[in-house]
Amino acid sequence: MNASTVQTRSATGHIDIRDVNIRFTQNGVPFDAVKNVSLDVKPGEFVSIVGPSGCGKSTLLNIVAGFLRADEGTVTVDGRAVTAPGADRGVVFQQYSLFPWLSVRQNVEFGLKMQGVSRSTREVKARTLLGLAGLLSFENHYPDQLSGGMKQRVGIVRALATSPQVMLMDEPFGALDSQTRVVMQEILTNMWQQLQLSVLFITHDIEEAIFLSDKIYVMTARPGRIKAEIPVPLPRPRTPDMTSSPTFLALHRQLKALIREESLAAMGGELKEGGLAGHDWHVGAEGVGAML
Amino acid sequence: MSTVMRMHSIDDAAPPDAAPADAPAPVRAVAPVAVPGGAPAAPATAAPLRLTPAQRLGRTLRRELPTWALSALSIVLLIGFWHLATTYRWVFYIRFTNVPGPVEVFGDAMNLFGNKGFATHVMLSLRRIMLGFAIATVLGVTLGLLIGRYRRVRSLLFPAMEIVRPIPAIAWVPISIMLWPTTETSIVFITFIGAFFPILLNTMHGVASMDAVLVRAARCLGATEFALMTQVVLRGAMPHIFTGLAVGMGVAWVSLIAAEMISGQYGVGYFTWEAYSLIEYSNIVIGMLVIGVLGLVCSGGIRLLGRLLMPWQASSGKENSR
Repeated sequence: MNASTVQTRSATGHIDIRDVNIRFTQNGVPFDAVKNVSLDVKPGEFVSIVGPSGCGKSTLLNIVAGFLRADEGTVTVDGRAVTAPGADRGVVFQQYSLFPWLSVRQNVEFGLKMQGVSRSTREVKARTLLGLAGLLSFENHYPDQLSGGMKQRVGIVRALATSPQVMLMDEPFGALDSQTRVVMQEILTNMWQQLQLSVLFITHDIEEAIFLSDKIYVMTARPGRIKAEIPVPLPRPRTPDMTSSPTFLALHRQLKALIREESLAAMGGELKEGGLAGHDWHVGAEGVGAML
Repeated sequence: MSTVMRMHSIDDAAPPDAAPADAPAPVRAVAPVAVPGGAPAAPATAAPLRLTPAQRLGRTLRRELPTWALSALSIVLLIGFWHLATTYRWVFYIRFTNVPGPVEVFGDAMNLFGNKGFATHVMLSLRRIMLGFAIATVLGVTLGLLIGRYRRVRSLLFPAMEIVRPIPAIAWVPISIMLWPTTETSIVFITFIGAFFPILLNTMHGVASMDAVLVRAARCLGATEFALMTQVVLRGAMPHIFTGLAVGMGVAWVSLIAAEMISGQYGVGYFTWEAYSLIEYSNIVIGMLVIGVLGLVCSGGIRLLGRLLMPWQASSGKENSR
């Protein structure tokens, strides 16, 4: 199982981001949130974006999802320009986004209902997917009766129900405790293995990115640029014991160093702008120096 | 005198209490010793898991009985006070001289409830409430959703509503009589006015306080704007809408009764006011009580409907509604 077999798994689900620029205004001052970003997710590929917080990785995902428009550049999925949100791109959010008034199964059926799929077909499809995620016995529960990890699994299943060509995941496990997180990563990689699907995955967790991805993009501190594109040569299917393999550890070191540079740059920027200097009664000048 | 004595008795009791205060040490020490032997106690604590229905009923009774007893007591105290005050015609700034007592009211009520005329009053009031409230619900929820979701609609409609909103429904009575062709429609209109604003504002608040990620999620799942409004925004705002309906129902009754008293023919409000004019004192109290009961039934109906339409709330809100 190498990257080339992954590519042939499906013919659709190609995300192409070309020379994208986005500017925001903060307190009346415009700034570049994302600058000259180009990246692509090939059909069936699992791609992660890592970077320091505030680097614009979520902004990028929001553009592909259709919530934001790029000021310059093009974003296409299978050659079609992205103009609005749509069921061809499944999105999993960091916050739990299940409809609290619908049962687990009704949540999963929602997208199909929007497409006018008949009740019986919806039910069959929803139950199949819930079974795949080990949630079938909870189909009639309401979201508030589920744990955080289960809610997020339902969120993933719901996004998968309309058979999107691509999945966009914005730090989906960010709110979970570390044990649940690891289990969720295994579940996700197994589900991805079974479904022909491209995934664009945002995270700040390096291990998570390596464990799940075929390719990792590292973004710079604001303005967000692509700093590095790093292929992950670990074989598929991924197993938990791979996290201690030399390849994994070497990648981990490399990525950690890259992100550390950017985090320091981000903090350096804040220091220059007086962001941290304003707090030096608390940290102390030597303290900041030591952090750097 | 008695307080002094009580203080003495405490003082007297103090030495004997103080003496064992040292002594309890060995006594207390017995308790921990009993814990290892507490093995037989374990089945006793495990037992509640397997309760027969009779045992469970017994437990419920034991737990709930004090609450029920207190509730009953509060009602008995109210009626008792009413009875004493009217029997002995108490006057202490407030005058109970002409107020009918509970026995008299109860007797008259029994006669009245068999009377067809009184049923007409009740039915007419209910019809007015239902009509006014239904129109207020449809308009209030629809406009609340539109104003809550679309900034343009808000800019267009909300300022005008903000001017009209602080006017109490009762203040609408004269203009309402002029505006509407019949007394009946003008009373329904005033009831509507009373219910409309609480429903509108709570619906708007419900839309505003809904988690924006739900709307995003729905759009990603292919929801059209119409589906978004009917299946996401409406559902998400539902808890607040029901708060609005409950408040609106209360204000609707206030408005209805006032309107009936001022301009009415028929209705419980009219009946109550007429009883005063005709010096039928116990009918005043009967009218009041009937209005209270009808209001209670109406808000109970709304709460029940809310629970039926929002079953998901039962799982999340339980801890708060104990």
